[in-house]
Amino acid sequence: MTDDELIWRIAGGSGDGIDSTSQNFAKALMRSGLNVFTHRHYPSRIRGGHTYVEIRAKDEPVKSRGDNYNFLLALGDSFARNPQEEAYYGNEEIKPLSENLDELREGGVIVYDAGLLDTDEIEDFDQRAEENDWHVYDLDLRGLAKEHGREVMRNTAGVGATAALLDMDLEHIEGLMEDAMSGDVLEANLQILEEAYESVKDDYEHTHDLRAPTGSHDEEQVLVSGSHGISYGALDEGCRFISGYPMTPWTDVFTIMTQHLPEMGGISEQVEDEIAAASLAIGASHAGAKAMSGSSGGGFALMSEPLGLAEITETPIVLVEAMRAGPSTGMPTKPEQGDLEHVLYTSQGDSNRVVFAPGDPAECYEQTRKAFEIAYNYQIPAIVLYDQKLSGGHQTVPEGVFDEEPNPDLGSVVTEQDLEDAVQEAGRFKRYMYDDEEGSGFGGVSRRSLPGQKGGNFLASGNEHNEVGHISEDPDNRTIQMNRRMAKLDAIREDLDENSDHQPVYGPEDAEYGILSFGSTKGVIEEAVDQINESGHSVKSMNVSDIMPFPKDEVTAFLEDVDEALVVEMNASAQFRRHVQGQLGRFGEKLYSLLKYDGNPFEPEEVVSGFESRLGGEADLSEYNVRIESATGD
Amino acid sequence: MSAFNAIGEEREIDRDEFTPEIEPQATWCPGCGDFGVLKALKQAMPEVGRTPEETLLVTGIGCSGKLSSYFRSYGFHSIHGRSLPVARAAKLANPDLEVIAAGGDGDGYGIGGNHFMHTARENHDMTYIVFDNEIFGLTKGQTSPTSPKGHKSKTQPHGSAKQPIRPLSLALTSGASYVARTAAVNPNQAKEILAEAMEHDGFAHVDFLTQCPTWNKDAKQYVPYIDVQDSDDYDFDITDRGEASEMMQEAEDALYEGTVLTGRFYRDADRPSYQEEKQATGDMPEEPLAERYFDEDYEWERSYDLLERHK
Ligand SMILES: Cc1ncc(C[n+]2csc(CCOP(=O)(O)OP(=O)(O)O)c2C)c(N)n1
Ligand code: SF4
Repeated sequence: MTDDELIWRIAGGSGDGIDSTSQNFAKALMRSGLNVFTHRHYPSRIRGGHTYVEIRAKDEPVKSRGDNYNFLLALGDSFARNPQEEAYYGNEEIKPLSENLDELREGGVIVYDAGLLDTDEIEDFDQRAEENDWHVYDLDLRGLAKEHGREVMRNTAGVGATAALLDMDLEHIEGLMEDAMSGDVLEANLQILEEAYESVKDDYEHTHDLRAPTGSHDEEQVLVSGSHGISYGALDEGCRFISGYPMTPWTDVFTIMTQHLPEMGGISEQVEDEIAAASLAIGASHAGAKAMSGSSGGGFALMSEPLGLAEITETPIVLVEAMRAGPSTGMPTKPEQGDLEHVLYTSQGDSNRVVFAPGDPAECYEQTRKAFEIAYNYQIPAIVLYDQKLSGGHQTVPEGVFDEEPNPDLGSVVTEQDLEDAVQEAGRFKRYMYDDEEGSGFGGVSRRSLPGQKGGNFLASGNEHNEVGHISEDPDNRTIQMNRRMAKLDAIREDLDENSDHQPVYGPEDAEYGILSFGSTKGVIEEAVDQINESGHSVKSMNVSDIMPFPKDEVTAFLEDVDEALVVEMNASAQFRRHVQGQLGRFGEKLYSLLKYDGNPFEPEEVVSGFESRLGGEADLSEYNVRIESATGD
Repeated sequence: MSAFNAIGEEREIDRDEFTPEIEPQATWCPGCGDFGVLKALKQAMPEVGRTPEETLLVTGIGCSGKLSSYFRSYGFHSIHGRSLPVARAAKLANPDLEVIAAGGDGDGYGIGGNHFMHTARENHDMTYIVFDNEIFGLTKGQTSPTSPKGHKSKTQPHGSAKQPIRPLSLALTSGASYVARTAAVNPNQAKEILAEAMEHDGFAHVDFLTQCPTWNKDAKQYVPYIDVQDSDDYDFDITDRGEASEMMQEAEDALYEGTVLTGRFYRDADRPSYQEEKQATGDMPEEPLAERYFDEDYEWERSYDLLERHK
């Protein structure tokens, strides 16, 4: 655990502006040339409740939250202090100081708002501070804020104090404030910022060593979340229709898209439920628009039947599934990877869908674009599966990632000339044409026409249908149509193998051990891989993003190459490991699971310890909420 | 030029154009009221002047949902209760299409009740035909939301304890701007009402009484009918919400007492459609969204230009 990095935690009451303050501070760190990763922790309530945001910054790439943290700004909580509010919401006291101490590193720095908090009230605080060599600074942030503006501006005072203690310039912070506000509010904030800065510089003796790291970027960076990645990928693929119903954390994508669609000539619809939402996306796509919908667990459950409808009518759509801890409404604001099987298997019959699980914001962008391309070229529903951690966590990404040309191509749609020819040749257009008894020619795809195109009329039906779209229970037709739809997955796999690489491998090529994962655990595992290799073991990781169709060859090669592999995932039932075994039909003897499902994402240290406890040696896992499990079968 | 060359084609239109070249085998029972809807719809189309290929018919599941199989146009036979959300998005994506949604009383007032309420509320410019046979036909005769109280079926052997849905009143209170009831036994009125509904610029709801001789043995259940516009006994202003509402309630009560009142019950020609409302708030493009994908000169905006806020 080195301190060439800053991991700054701002804690307080939910609804106290922690989010916006931390966003700005993260950007200021980015502007100073550092790489940044943010992690937000908040309870499922609107106001009140303990919340924090962690910002990790260093010169090298940051791929995850760190192991614990080294700087605490404890703001105190203004909530439930007036009797009316107290009567209404109760008087649960938020303890931004005591609640956060367990994870503060040795030698860490604490700034707390002495206007609201008192260390005397925390039993054994002084003793712990001494034992852990914490450097504690008390500052009446609230008083300072009140004096120059309003009490809520104590966030700003806290940032000013932070900058002073870390020897940072105020320049970037001031610049961001000027971008975000104006007039009296700006004046007051600037004054509070400077006052706090000066007072810490002048009046306090600095006993700690921690300083803000310095760095520089070769390329302009942007601070974005996975939800931004998905939204921007969709927009660049020409998606101009979104329909949804709010549900955390899917709401992030829904709101970002809605913010931009009207000005980009698109349409956003908030509708009555998720069955409607998915059905609208189908209707819009059928009429010739690039359309998307999505939800989280429970809402996605409602989309089960429309999903199958899109598949059998071969209407392209992209659905987003933002996982949170389940079952049922579970823990709305906590991440989990527990909807994998739900997304893979929901809907009746032998239904097929494409599933991508990007691992970071840049991958969210690229794979959402891929999802649209595949959905429209192959006329199949494509799902982008990610989770609450990736949804809201922000990360620095080179802006060049987004510097791509738009692709509004509708894919496998006929032209009017095609229709004229088809009518001339066959008397009519065959929407669900197959070429031979196998039905698997042209990758299973037969081109579609759009309502309004002359000569292209057909019936899209959720019932089995023949080539022209008439409902049919003819056994031969059924078999061929089934084969044709199923053939798409093989064709898509080939396409993906040729044109994209969604299974990044990290670490030494000849490593002895492997770590296998999917989705948002990518970064934390790569950090853990570095740590494990530094400590003398030899390990590499693979983060699988193509969940369906599954990249069998690549994963097989990876697993054949290592002695044993740890499958790391955030759920209790090892869904991904079972998927891997199911797809490959082997490797049971080689695979072990490291599972975490307590509502918090993995920290690198947990992965390292999990690895050591199973494969490399010995480690005590009792202090973590993780579990090791060996695979069954072969 | 438009990418959708069938749209706005001006020519004489014959109702036979709406008959599929190869008619699929009929699955409706002899004497089924559904034939009446199909016929009335085919007759109405030429009056509205819409070609089969600029028309999108979205149906639900049920005997009624098979309508799209026997009607030649662009069709979408969706899932049970969900014709409306599919249809209204198609209309938003390409407002130049003539969009019709259709399904049964179970489909539309039962499983799809939520969508009915919300589509009416939004006043999408489309026509919604509900085949009201007071029964679940396709699943073999279970009690439906419009079955009378006391109706006995295999799933309600002691007779239904529920009051039937009031479709007309429900449409009105939800916000439909055109509400009518017609019957398969009344072909001329049915044709006229369907044409009117399609020409109406807003959500037009047509409760279409269709007999189901297979499960509701009495094929003559809607005879004799009274056309409220033709009768001197019923004098009300269809543009007045209050009067329309009273008349609807009378019609809904009377139906279960053997008096079949049909006709136009409500029309608000002034209320802007949802699409117009959305355009007025700047939430929807003036040009059909679907056209844009065929416009080679259109400059697609890039997310790269949105990045300023993330720096
Ligand atoms: C989700 C779902 N639930 C149930 C069914 C079975 N189902 C098919 S049609 C139908 C009822 C149809 O009744 P109605 O809508 O009145 O239409 P009708 O057949 O009388 O025209 C039911 C329950 C289904 N297809 N899908
Ligand atoms: S079951 Fe009833 S509704 Fe269905 S086709 Fe037969 S008569 Fe018509």
